[in-house]
Amino acid sequence: MNHTNTISGDSTDRVDGRDKVTGTAKYTAEIPLPNLVYGVLVGSTIAKGVIKKIDTSAAEKAAGVISVITHKNSTKLFGLKKSKTAKKLDLGLRVFHSKDIVFNGQPIALVVADRLEQAQYAASLVKCTYEQAPHTTDFGTHLDQARPSSSKWLSDTKRGDVTAWSNAPFKVDQAYTTPQEVHNPMEMHSTTAIWEGDEKLTVYDKNHAVQDIRDTLAKALKLEKEQVVVNSEFIGGGFGSGLRVWPHTFAAIIAAKMLKRPVKVSVTRPQMFTMTGYRPATAQKVSIGATKDGKIVGIKHEAIGQTSEYEEFAESVTGITKMLYACPNLETNYKVLPLTYSTPIWMRAPGEATGSFALETAMDELAYSLNMDPVQLRKKNYAETHPDDNKPWSSNHLTECLIKAARQFDWEARKPEPRSSSDRDWWVGTGMAVGSWGAWRAPATARAVLDSKGNLLIQSATSDMGPGTSTTMVKIASDASGIPMGKIRFELGKSNLPPSPGQGGSVTVASVGSAVYDICTEIKQKLLDIAVETLGETYKEAKIEDVFLINGKMGIKGKPASLVTFADLMEKKNITEVEATKTSSSGEEGGKYAFYSFGAHFAEVYVHKYTGAVRVTRFVSCVDAGRIMNNKTASSQISGAVVMGIGMALMEEQHMDHQHGRLVANDFAGYHIPVQADVPNIEVIFVDKADPYLNKMGAKGLGEIGLIGAAAAIGNAVFHATGKRVRNLPITPDKLI
Amino acid sequence: MAKKNKNPLHTSRRTFFKQSAVLAAVAVTPSTVLEAAENRTFDKAAYALEQVPITLSINGKVQKVMVEPRVTLLDLLREQLGLTGTKKGCDHGQCGACTIHIDGRRVNSCLTLAIMQEGREITTIEGLANGEELHPMQAAFIKHDGLQCGYCTPGQIMSAVACVNEGHTNNDFEIREFMSGNLCRCGAYPNIVNAIKEVAQ
Ligand code: FES
Ligand code: FES
Repeated sequence: MNHTNTISGDSTDRVDGRDKVTGTAKYTAEIPLPNLVYGVLVGSTIAKGVIKKIDTSAAEKAAGVISVITHKNSTKLFGLKKSKTAKKLDLGLRVFHSKDIVFNGQPIALVVADRLEQAQYAASLVKCTYEQAPHTTDFGTHLDQARPSSSKWLSDTKRGDVTAWSNAPFKVDQAYTTPQEVHNPMEMHSTTAIWEGDEKLTVYDKNHAVQDIRDTLAKALKLEKEQVVVNSEFIGGGFGSGLRVWPHTFAAIIAAKMLKRPVKVSVTRPQMFTMTGYRPATAQKVSIGATKDGKIVGIKHEAIGQTSEYEEFAESVTGITKMLYACPNLETNYKVLPLTYSTPIWMRAPGEATGSFALETAMDELAYSLNMDPVQLRKKNYAETHPDDNKPWSSNHLTECLIKAARQFDWEARKPEPRSSSDRDWWVGTGMAVGSWGAWRAPATARAVLDSKGNLLIQSATSDMGPGTSTTMVKIASDASGIPMGKIRFELGKSNLPPSPGQGGSVTVASVGSAVYDICTEIKQKLLDIAVETLGETYKEAKIEDVFLINGKMGIKGKPASLVTFADLMEKKNITEVEATKTSSSGEEGGKYAFYSFGAHFAEVYVHKYTGAVRVTRFVSCVDAGRIMNNKTASSQISGAVVMGIGMALMEEQHMDHQHGRLVANDFAGYHIPVQADVPNIEVIFVDKADPYLNKMGAKGLGEIGLIGAAAAIGNAVFHATGKRVRNLPITPDKLI
Repeated sequence: MAKKNKNPLHTSRRTFFKQSAVLAAVAVTPSTVLEAAENRTFDKAAYALEQVPITLSINGKVQKVMVEPRVTLLDLLREQLGLTGTKKGCDHGQCGACTIHIDGRRVNSCLTLAIMQEGREITTIEGLANGEELHPMQAAFIKHDGLQCGYCTPGQIMSAVACVNEGHTNNDFEIREFMSGNLCRCGAYPNIVNAIKEVAQ
């Protein structure tokens, strides 16, 4: 790729910062609409069985109630009518289309009323009786019932001699578990549906993949894509939970259709645990064999992931083991265990977050059994090429990550013996781990309009769930075009904008950023074409590389006399704006290289000697994500992911009452996420070297990499502090005393 | 914190009187109305019966509104008055996204009923800036990137302003402790501390 590397990388404030700090940014549930009514969902109180009788009479009589919708009276949607179609179209739960109960808390009724309070109260009046069937919710005790995944994109690997690890002189052979985690973005999911006749549907829906959601809805409703508009401009976090259509969205669509008016359905915080996905629990076994000097000879990584009984969700838990270390002999194996519970969904660093916990904890255990420094052990096993197919890395600065983070952390000063350091009533320990995440690029299209005053509008149907996409795109556009940031506006979050991938898998900057970069060149080219056509001599020989834009003018480098205003140029053609649309995708380099981001995490913890409480007191992450487009938002993204890693390591865990197959404590009082007092200062360092092949900016993805390995680094630090190896997340005090 | 009210009894006065008239009317014929409510023939009348007038100052503006006693201050702001800057993150007092000031003190607006606020001065995020000029805390949040998705941000900022006024900013630990009622899933915590430190100085 012709890598141009012109993005400055320095720190820029968020372009939507003002909207967010003044409260003027309108999130999904906040769009003012005339004639709007409120829907509140009622959940089932059993885990499995069928609805015998649902009594909505009291709810219907309550003040303000307009309608109560259940499977008995719901308008039927094409895609949900038959379970076969729903499966084929990947629509998930057939809400209000069946009397079957497949998980506890499954929506069984929607109460619609003039006001929110009326709907909330009336929802409490819906009574339902069931015929119950036995359920299975306990992951840990049913592991023997796991079955191979039917996923087409996941594969088990066998490389070389798969028994090699067991014959090695030094080995680790351990089991690890990670619990069900819940995304819990601060903004709860919400959908407002508006029908115009039966032909046109607009939804304001919290998601971060407006076009995927539109496509799914169009298929489910048997409408053309053009008949469905999905808007999601400001998103209060998502982390993956906004990547599919959930039951509340169908509920809003059904109600709006039946009542012929806009209906808003917002899920409650407890419902966020059952209705909008979660990270599945895993049970893993990692076996590593190594020579005396720390060279890995073989690895075996087996994993079981949780899924639901009505759908299969699979993720790449063992993926990281296939590529992170040079290792001639490898076996990986992944299975799924269906439980009577709702279906999981991608959650930040899906697969890798949990897989890396097992692998990187095992690596720490190996380092101790070898009596070798864990940083050294990673360096020793650095893979020069992708171990699966020997493809060269597009770029891999993992070693530099290790060196830089270790230096910043002062790793050298560490005494390796566990329980060798304390401070008053606290054991003090340090630990490290590394991670990687595939760097992908998907085709993306951008449209740009430049007016005669020099205002540039760029549009693409991408999303910004928090990383600062708008800001980064404006910055890329400014650096690529020469037009100041203040004159550029980036429009996103609407399905009728030019095509773009959903925000997931850390693809946004590499994909949409490329489209933005290219469209700026295209606009320049168009201006140049006009100049060549209308200005004669001066521009005749001009090359696009020599053309620059400044202060509403175009010019040729080294030729001050060539300067011409956009207004003059456009006037010559009798136009008021220049417009272009362009799709960008990766070239043939895509198949030649292995593309990954890398990171190294170093943590210090204090563990209280008598209570087992763990405090993370220091954290340093060094990340190789190619060239950094905007230091400010990029650092925030990494440190935010580390915060999620602290949650994963020390507190996040969804509890289930297996007798009733029901979640317990499904709110922020029962499910702990890190609060301000749990988080130390987090130091983020970037290698900041351009990837030569992924795109012209040299950027790789940032969204997931900060989380991968973070929990293992903390767990390894806890071991160093206390001498106790906790292999079952989260590392709560009871496991340490 | 609330700015002095310049224009008491602003525009909502007329609607208020209209609605009061409905109330007065139903007061003399309660049985008819109750019957109507039972039959759902006069929903609006039945609804009016459940409404109570309250007067409160919101961002320096005196407002008279009709609320049902069960309406939280948060829902009054967001659903009735269109002040959606105050966020709902849990509705249970567990996240702080709904933090506002009542008579200068920070309060979770989801945990308090609107009807309890008679005569109080409410300040929301929309009332913090001085016209175009951001409150120093708002500016510091932008400068230190104390936000990502921005959803917890109004609550963080309202809490942060109160935290400074309370004097709980003597060191990082104290700030962290006194800001721990405001959750941020994006994990903007360290930058929030930096923003608060700057304003506190
Ligand atoms: S919405 Fe009030 S504390 Fe969460
Ligand atoms: S900025 Fe997203 S929750 Fe705080």
